[in-house]
Amino acid sequence: MRGRRWRVVVLTLAALYFLVPLLSAAEFSLRTPGGGYGFGNYLAIVRDEVLFTSLLTSLQIAVFTAVLVLALVVPTAVWVRLRFPAVAGLLESATILPIVVPPVVMAAGIAFVQANLGGPVFRTLFASSTTALTPFYVVLALPFAYRAVDNGLAAIPLRTLVEAARNLGASTATALVRVVLPTIRSAVLGAAFLTLALVLGEIVIARILLYTDTFPIAVVEVGRSAAGVSVALSLASLLFTWVLLMAVSFAGGRRSRKASS
Amino acid sequence: MTRTAEAPVGTGRGVAVEFRALRRSYGATHALDGLDLALRPGELLALLGPSGCGKTTALRLLAGFDSPTSGQVLIGDRDVTGVPAAKRDTGMVFQAYSLFPTMTAAENVAFGLRMRRVGAAERTRRAAELLEVVGLGNRAGSYPHEMSGGQQQRVALARALAVSPSVLLLDEPLSALDARVRVQLRDEIRRVQLAEGITTLFVTHDQAEALAVADRVAVLNAGKLEQVGTPQEVYGSPATDFVAEFVGTTNHVPAADGRITPGAPTLQVRPEGLAVGTPDGLAATVLTSTFLGPVTRLVLTTEVGELVVDATSRPGLPGIGDTTTVALTQ
Repeated sequence: MRGRRWRVVVLTLAALYFLVPLLSAAEFSLRTPGGGYGFGNYLAIVRDEVLFTSLLTSLQIAVFTAVLVLALVVPTAVWVRLRFPAVAGLLESATILPIVVPPVVMAAGIAFVQANLGGPVFRTLFASSTTALTPFYVVLALPFAYRAVDNGLAAIPLRTLVEAARNLGASTATALVRVVLPTIRSAVLGAAFLTLALVLGEIVIARILLYTDTFPIAVVEVGRSAAGVSVALSLASLLFTWVLLMAVSFAGGRRSRKASS
Repeated sequence: MTRTAEAPVGTGRGVAVEFRALRRSYGATHALDGLDLALRPGELLALLGPSGCGKTTALRLLAGFDSPTSGQVLIGDRDVTGVPAAKRDTGMVFQAYSLFPTMTAAENVAFGLRMRRVGAAERTRRAAELLEVVGLGNRAGSYPHEMSGGQQQRVALARALAVSPSVLLLDEPLSALDARVRVQLRDEIRRVQLAEGITTLFVTHDQAEALAVADRVAVLNAGKLEQVGTPQEVYGSPATDFVAEFVGTTNHVPAADGRITPGAPTLQVRPEGLAVGTPDGLAATVLTSTFLGPVTRLVLTTEVGELVVDATSRPGLPGIGDTTTVALTQ
């Protein structure tokens, strides 16, 4: 009985902690200059061309980053677990490095690289924010993605599954794509979402390198001139991510329901 | 040993398998120390030994998951020592949890055929056929997590057989199951193996399991082969002390002229080779008594040491603490 009461108290406190700021933000974003309430701030997002194109740019970067990170992390994590379980700990601490190094220091280092690397290849690479920022965001997303994927691999009998697939005539690559990847699907999706969230929120590196056409920077800029629009935008992107998550878990849920019929 | 009358050993599918001077070393330790062993076409050979004896290493070398330090592996007349696992034409059943979790039973069984680019219709037909063989015809659409451990192992067996491999490899397939299912599936495996006539290597640490299903048993210890023979040979005339100890229970009884004689050369005697309550036997005290159903296992203390006796369960057997006599039967 006392346990249940405590649970209610804790749940209520947690709900308040999360909901009060959100509801306040919603209330603020719905205010109109005249003193009433309306959807003016939300309409402003749709009408604002700069915001919209910056969102597209950032989504493009996010997709490229997620694909590259996963292509790098999944085979590496599998390979380490199968062949070199002894170095797993070492690799784990190595992947934390991007978190340990402050973004400002990293950006300064990148700026130095950018300034000193010549040649047509690098000039092309640094010409647009998509090609310039993606490699750096790959580095930033690496720790989160590696952790998510490695946790997923830890939860399955990886070696047995790969050996079973190979025994049935699959190459190691086929075993990875056909057997391992579907089995750790939720971990891979988790890694992709972390990457997406990271790219949609990264400001320091983009700003220092003067790539100002990304979504997070646009949000900050809008916030300077129109606070209401900025808050509306934050809420909208939160809702967007939430809908995306729901959509994915719904797709996953439908598959396992089909399984039990 | 379970025999099935209508399915004789070796119905044509089986090929010979041979390990030649096979050695696998990890640094200074030899997991396998020069194994020479041949499997006859269509036979079920149990590779028996304690954990760490090298039996799993031998199996993995045959499957192609590991490479030998030296020596050869032959399947049929083909030297497969350097051939990758995917091209060895073996079907393997693992200890547990080897089914692909995101695929149904039927999809699991059809996986090997898919890798061999067999058409969808034929895959479906063959998967259904094999699930029928292992008694799971109605579970084709079930996912592994919806099935019991025994059912999962049946699907794994069907999956291994679906590609019609030359050799079937069983890596302690029953060890994760509970006792009743274990015996059931053990007999099931033997039935299917005989029906398919497929050469089979059955790795196990359970001597009862090995004696029950195998045509021949190979006992392995510390990377070396101790004895190969029929279950009757291995049990009845163990070649080494290790085999005698590992397979069944063995008493070391000093005996002369068919009588227990302190100080005489020792004889290896199974628990059923001793009898209690004989008129002219050696004096003994019952230390423990365990009722096992048809027999009762008595541990006796005597002047020649502790002796283990299996006596037919009957009223009037001496109880714990009672004094009795013990003698060799026959």
